[in-house]
Amino acid sequence: MRKEESVTEQLKGTLTPDRKERKNLISLLQEIQESLGYLPREAMTELAKFLEMPAVRVYSVATFYNQFRFTSIGKYPIQVCLGTACHLRGGKLILQEFERQLGIKVGETSQDGNFSLERVACMGCCMLAPVVRIGDRAPAVKIGDKIYPKMTPFKVDEISVPYKQEIEKERSEEEQIPQ
Amino acid sequence: MTFKELTNRAKSEWEALQSSTHILVGTATCGRAAGAMETVKAFEEELKRRNIEVKVIEVGCMGLCYAEPLVAISRPESLRVVYHHMTQELVPRLVEGYIISDDPCLELALGTFEVGEEGEAPYIPELPRFEKELRLVLRRCGYIDPENINHYLANDGYRGLEKALKMRPEEIIEEIKKSGLRGRGGAGFPTGLKWEICHSYSATPKYIVCNADEGDPGAFMDRIVLESDPQQVIEGMIIGGYAIGADEGYIYIRAEYPLAVERVKVALQQAEKLGFLGDNILSSGFGFRINLATGAGAFVSGEETGLMAAIEGETSEPRPRPPYPAESGLWGKPTALNNVKTFANIHLIVERGADWFASIGTEKSKGTALFSLAGKIKDSGLTEVPMGTTIREIVYDIGDGILNDREFKAVQIGGPSGGMIPANLQDTPIDFDSLTSIGSMMGSGGFIVMDEDDCAVDATCFFVDFITRESCGKCTPCRVGNLQMLKVLENITNGKGKMEDIDFLLELAEDIKGGSLCALGGTAPNPVLTSIRYFQDEYAAHVLEKRCPAKVCTNLTAYCILQDKCDRSCEHCVLTCPTEAIGGGVGKIKHIDQEKCVNCGTCRDVCPPKYNAVVKLSPISSLPLEDFAAKEKAVAKAIEESET
Repeated sequence: MRKEESVTEQLKGTLTPDRKERKNLISLLQEIQESLGYLPREAMTELAKFLEMPAVRVYSVATFYNQFRFTSIGKYPIQVCLGTACHLRGGKLILQEFERQLGIKVGETSQDGNFSLERVACMGCCMLAPVVRIGDRAPAVKIGDKIYPKMTPFKVDEISVPYKQEIEKERSEEEQIPQ
Repeated sequence: MTFKELTNRAKSEWEALQSSTHILVGTATCGRAAGAMETVKAFEEELKRRNIEVKVIEVGCMGLCYAEPLVAISRPESLRVVYHHMTQELVPRLVEGYIISDDPCLELALGTFEVGEEGEAPYIPELPRFEKELRLVLRRCGYIDPENINHYLANDGYRGLEKALKMRPEEIIEEIKKSGLRGRGGAGFPTGLKWEICHSYSATPKYIVCNADEGDPGAFMDRIVLESDPQQVIEGMIIGGYAIGADEGYIYIRAEYPLAVERVKVALQQAEKLGFLGDNILSSGFGFRINLATGAGAFVSGEETGLMAAIEGETSEPRPRPPYPAESGLWGKPTALNNVKTFANIHLIVERGADWFASIGTEKSKGTALFSLAGKIKDSGLTEVPMGTTIREIVYDIGDGILNDREFKAVQIGGPSGGMIPANLQDTPIDFDSLTSIGSMMGSGGFIVMDEDDCAVDATCFFVDFITRESCGKCTPCRVGNLQMLKVLENITNGKGKMEDIDFLLELAEDIKGGSLCALGGTAPNPVLTSIRYFQDEYAAHVLEKRCPAKVCTNLTAYCILQDKCDRSCEHCVLTCPTEAIGGGVGKIKHIDQEKCVNCGTCRDVCPPKYNAVVKLSPISSLPLEDFAAKEKAVAKAIEESET
């Protein structure tokens, strides 16, 4: 989220006059989350004003659906699939192993903001169960997200390595920039 | 351009492609997860490096998901060969072999589309899977570029619409009624009848809605259809719009399927560009538009009234019916809402006729059924079979049997709303009514196979947990009843159950079934009712012996290292245990600290087969006395944590 701008400023491009219809509520929420990473309170209030409805209605819809989140997401959001096929092949063990490795519980974001952990119901990749999807700086699922097939608790550490290396690389690059 | 001109142009593009060497790579989500995009890139780089001009085309999924990444190479006047597990490393070999030279690399092939020499790769249509299948909806999937409408047009696309627009709406409805097509979303309501009711109302505007909110965990039929051949769904919707008198449609796709959303978006743009959508379609005077709505992640949005509420921008809470959507649906207007696969069948029925369609399947269930095979089955993927095919044929002939040759235990058809069908009923033919009669339902097509290592109680607990999370909370039987069932089931899996709990579950299940507002609640007890009906002895073992026969329920099982089998010099388990629960030290026999063990099973996976020293036990009282005490402590702690 670009901190220097206010939420109102940031929503200008999304809340255009041609989208004032009630039916756009969910798609607007999706777009706001897409650009801000989550749904801050101010954004929902702003949206309510825009659609001329009580803020509580916006909040009610946003909290109803699993897709929406109200805290910021990690740089690399991790989604562990717990659909039926993944459950039968040990998806829960994968989730627990991520919880141990990251030191966070499902639904939380790590303190350094690098990883967040979620469980999802099914990605439709049941033949490769259990699967894990790791996104890149985006709350919504993207086509290019990496899906890791046939996971085992042992592989959890292994697949985290490139992300940790990337974080480390970015950190050292930042340090090299003279202030 | 007229329809004929459009088709001719598409056909010449298609024929030009067929008369040149080209490579098809399956890049649906399933292929991508297996590395198909890396394969595409490797082909493009290898061809560029060698300066060869050959087209690499991304197609959808052939349904053979177990074999992905899947690649097909077509060469004029040569065998067309399909290769399985074609990861990027194998690409240079294939380019060298079959693009540059004449070696079709049959050792890498799954099969060929033409009959080859004796002893070469198998002829695909004669593989046991394809002999049992009948591909109508899937017939183009994996063969055409889903982002190129000309591929669809060249393969009979939009012929149904062209014919339909010359018919009267009533004639189309009559044809669909005569065909016997029943809704493919699960309930099996006759499509023609639904359209007829919708047509009979005079209120305008009317709407066509396509339900692509495939929320059933373990089901991916709609995803594959939309990612592989989206135009057929669009064509079905346009025909539906013309038949009921609607000029607008919505297709509601869950956001968890980003590729399906993208491919449908492209398909809609292309259809509009060629005049299959918009005003005055094919100069008929009929106009129709389709909007795309993406779901925001709620299972209940798959319920028809819930789905329409979501399109309206509301919370997806179902409402009582009647009035049915055909009378009062989207924004209170007459709406025909059907599943992806229902729409995908429409153009074929119009084009080939109701009698042809009605000749496929059983007396009361016509046409084909699509199933996504997953779980403990060897050849998982998508299959399309005539209605009436038995469970056994699907598991053994199409799916090639159970993974690792374990014993077939049960199949869950219809996801969390369906039932657990035991292996001894595997000769049941699959059609709407036979499945209902044994306590299950057709559902949308999830087909999850369980083997002897799966626990019926644990699986039931999983489904009820899912429903509890996804219940919208509007009506009490579903909101509170399912939560109560979950608590009782959890108690049983924790070894705290009583025999009277089972009767209580049966009673509660009937109440939830009868008292819920929508199908989500109404079908939620199916897994409970069927698992108790068919696997009562397993419930009894959990309750009376505190034993999980399949050794799945964590609080009733424990890992143990057999002293006489453990090799002192090996450290595999010690080094890989995520909780450092294995001790004993270098050169000593290893031992699991049951208080620290989290039952992940890594030690058993890494223990070299020549020792095979790690075993799983149930009940936990079969552990050595000291370990048992430690495990009991750990279990008590785990239960306490899960309850808070």
